[in-house]
Amino acid sequence: MDVYLPIANLSVNGLFIVLLGGLTGILSGLFGVGGGFLTTPLLIFYGIPPTVAAASAATQVTGASVSGVLAHSKRNGVDYRMGAVMVGGGIVGALIGALLFNVLEALGQIDVVISILYVVLLGSIGTLMMREAATALRPGAETAGSQPRKRRHHPLVAGLPFRWRFYRSGLYISPLAPLILGTLVGVLTMLMGVGGGFLLVPAMLYLLGMSGNVVVGTSLFQILFVTMVTTMTHALTTKAVDIVLAGLLLLGSVLGAQFGTQIAMKARPEVLRLVLAAIVLLVALRMLYGLGVQPDEIYTVSPL
Amino acid sequence: MHSPFERALKFGFLGLAVLSLSAQREPVLVPEVSQSRIEVRQGFTGANLLLYGAVIDPVGGRERTQYDIVVVLKGPAEPVRLREKDRIAGIWMNAGSSDFRSVPSFFAVASSRPVDEIVDERTAAIYELGTDFIQLSPSGEIEPEEQNRFAAGLVDMRQRAGLYKVDPDGVRISEGVLYQARIALPSNVITGPYTAETFAIAEGRVLASATAEIEVAKVGLEGQVVNAAERSSLLYGLVAIILSLGMGLIAGRYFNRS
Repeated sequence: MDVYLPIANLSVNGLFIVLLGGLTGILSGLFGVGGGFLTTPLLIFYGIPPTVAAASAATQVTGASVSGVLAHSKRNGVDYRMGAVMVGGGIVGALIGALLFNVLEALGQIDVVISILYVVLLGSIGTLMMREAATALRPGAETAGSQPRKRRHHPLVAGLPFRWRFYRSGLYISPLAPLILGTLVGVLTMLMGVGGGFLLVPAMLYLLGMSGNVVVGTSLFQILFVTMVTTMTHALTTKAVDIVLAGLLLLGSVLGAQFGTQIAMKARPEVLRLVLAAIVLLVALRMLYGLGVQPDEIYTVSPL
Repeated sequence: MHSPFERALKFGFLGLAVLSLSAQREPVLVPEVSQSRIEVRQGFTGANLLLYGAVIDPVGGRERTQYDIVVVLKGPAEPVRLREKDRIAGIWMNAGSSDFRSVPSFFAVASSRPVDEIVDERTAAIYELGTDFIQLSPSGEIEPEEQNRFAAGLVDMRQRAGLYKVDPDGVRISEGVLYQARIALPSNVITGPYTAETFAIAEGRVLASATAEIEVAKVGLEGQVVNAAERSSLLYGLVAIILSLGMGLIAGRYFNRS
């Protein structure tokens, strides 16, 4: 089924894009991540211009996260106060990201920066997750793991001034910590077309020391709002949001997400995390390979 | 079927009749295009453009000259910056760059024989009868040798994208009068005005030439999407957000109920 993408300016196999959206949807249903980290690179490998890929993937992540936010909010799994602070940071981050995007594009280095960000972030997060999942899966880990890990925030976070109470997260910390975290993730959302869940969730757990039952819901809350802002920023500045592409991705991902949720209820969480870690590492390795090996296309054209 | 080719035939003979009244020494080229407007809409996978017409000999020339026909189709030109990747500290990243002021977004040459058998290199360069002869108008201070490397890289890249091409037997000539050229436009063509130049060549000399215009435009939903994204960006962004929110909500609700 050939579908013409008006903004990307090329004809693609519509079924393939829907399946791609479905794949990332399954991931988001399984792991509570948006799946943008997979969509954007796969779209670029497929031949979609990088900017259009990042902008349209951000639009898709909005749709993929909205039903998750509602589900988590029903069971009090969203810390709105924490979420609002992070969204505030995220909006600032998205605007900084837009500026960076323009500067890097003018310098001609946007592609390489995006690739390096992917390699570094996905590589390190993937390695961490892989190690953790492998430890949990080792025989005898059940008994050792059953002892709850003492929850505490990072000393750097404790050193920040002003303190607010975040009841649902069970924290009394400076709002600057989630604000800075939100800003960083906002920058990445704009540059990489990712929601940032793969980065937010570990940071909220291990840096802020948030209570585990609100982490995923609050992360989705932040992602929902920041991807909306990102879509708008792209629509106004780069004009690279392809609504047809985003619609096809959404179609796949909203269906895939439901499917993923079903699997998630049956599978062992350690196994799931191992699989996610493997996927994250594969994407990072593919990106690393792309940076190190002579590309098929030495030249790139940009309008003057 | 009443093909465009048949219409051309009639048209050609009509022209012949009219022209035979006046004494003319140079041949005349009567070009026609199958479509003067190509519409890019949903499901657009490219288009086949048929350029046809007739070469009419000067009157009195009993011994008919054997003509060669070359058709050059050019898309709207744009100024571009071409960047070249190089290995820096083990990473392939953009290093050098060069600017070109008029790079056609599409360039196709179809001819009845390989162009180098029809004309010499000088003539080919004058009339841009090949991808090596596109006048890209390089600008900026850069050594000619490096400039050539960049130009060759640009042409090679566009060739692999199917945007620049040469077809040495893309033109069929019948009865030495009628010609027919087929040029395929891929789905990734840029919209705008295209020009098709047709040259009638004999003994290495361009004897007649004619130009036809073809408009490539995005229409229907596709055209509206591009218009909206460019002109009412705010509204377009809002629609994109509402679409994604709506689809997420509907799917979530529908599946949670079942």
